[in-house]
Amino acid sequence: MTTYARRAWIVLWKDLRIERRSRESVNALLFFALLLLFLFQFALGPDRARLEAALPGLLWLGCVLAGLVGLGRTFLVERDNDCLEGLVLAPGDKSAIFVGKLAVNVALMAAVELVLLAGAGVLYGLDLTGAAGPLALVLALGTLGLAAMGTLYGALTVQLRARELLFPVLLLPAQVPVLLATVALTQAALAGEPLAAAGPWLTLLAAADCVYLVVGMLTFEFILEA
Amino acid sequence: MKPDRLTTLLGGLAALGLVVGLAAAFGYAPREAVQGNVQRIMYVHVPAVLTAYLAILMVLVGSVGYLVTRRAGWDHVAGAAGELGVLFTAITIASGSIWGRPTWGTWWTWDARLTSTAVLLLVYAGYVLLRGVLADEPDRRARFSAVVGILGAVNVPIVHFSVKWWRALHQPSTILGPEPSPIAPPIAMALLVNWIAFTLLFAYLLTRRVEIARLEDAV
Repeated sequence: MTTYARRAWIVLWKDLRIERRSRESVNALLFFALLLLFLFQFALGPDRARLEAALPGLLWLGCVLAGLVGLGRTFLVERDNDCLEGLVLAPGDKSAIFVGKLAVNVALMAAVELVLLAGAGVLYGLDLTGAAGPLALVLALGTLGLAAMGTLYGALTVQLRARELLFPVLLLPAQVPVLLATVALTQAALAGEPLAAAGPWLTLLAAADCVYLVVGMLTFEFILEA
Repeated sequence: MKPDRLTTLLGGLAALGLVVGLAAAFGYAPREAVQGNVQRIMYVHVPAVLTAYLAILMVLVGSVGYLVTRRAGWDHVAGAAGELGVLFTAITIASGSIWGRPTWGTWWTWDARLTSTAVLLLVYAGYVLLRGVLADEPDRRARFSAVVGILGAVNVPIVHFSVKWWRALHQPSTILGPEPSPIAPPIAMALLVNWIAFTLLFAYLLTRRVEIARLEDAV
């Protein structure tokens, strides 16, 4: 088990180091998240009440869109220099690579979400600090769900010619339950209700996370095959 | 009997079943008291959705079967079932839409079961698209689409519950519910005949499509 965790950690560490040196994804992705907030504002108009009512949906729409742009990148960096071959040849359980890549994506999405939340607070003039605790839980569970599927489909579509098209086509319908659950939970959190009031959603989201995680770990080896 | 003859026989049975089903739907089943003749759409709608679920199940079986055995036959079954899943979910949505217009007063509404069926259509349309892109690489097509087929199938209950809590307007399930069915026997009989006919049609189309896939790979 420790070697398993170490394998995942090596993948995570490698990717974080590449990212720190190249700054290929993070900078552009955070800028993209900020850009989305502007676009939402332009699309919905200056009415503050309207923005506030739409905020749960907008936040998660932002996450989904940023995920479309960012979640596939963890495998895109492996395409150059035949690095995918290296991953295929790496010894041991392939699902450790999945876990490592998933961790990279979760970290990436967490950064995006911080920008989205802080940006929404500043640009839309909202105070989100009151709901910080429940919101953090919803964000953590939602991010895991979105990232798990994004990592799996990212590894799959990176090996296709029609990557740009098939990644969203496969990913978006699969993310519907997570989107519904997180929006409902965020709505409850922002309204100041205890999350227990939206209890079924929390259970559903946690269950969905587990299912995606397990299916991803079980099927990843079939995607990463010579 | 040769396998080809068997398939033709299956096709003949399906055609016969559909004719009998049509006759049962229009001649044998009585006019529904509240909704009138419009209710007869049910004899297409309900068998179509049940067949769509059967197709999704077959995609799962074929996908798991392929990943375990690595035999192309399983992949052909999964692929054929995926295409039929798209076909029958589309029939379900179209017939439901035509039924919904006079009874609910709208072509489309974001009702729970309507929405989850639409999501299924999108999931399996993506599955078919993926297979199309990988048409000339049978090995990768089989592996990748098997993963998508498995994730799609395990996602079905999650989609179902999420959309159900999101919205609920549809009449509650009458056949599979816990109480004894309140459907009048002639209506239930007409429904059963049509369901069998649709299942036969599914089996026929699946067999033919698998055969075509086998030939495609052999060329």
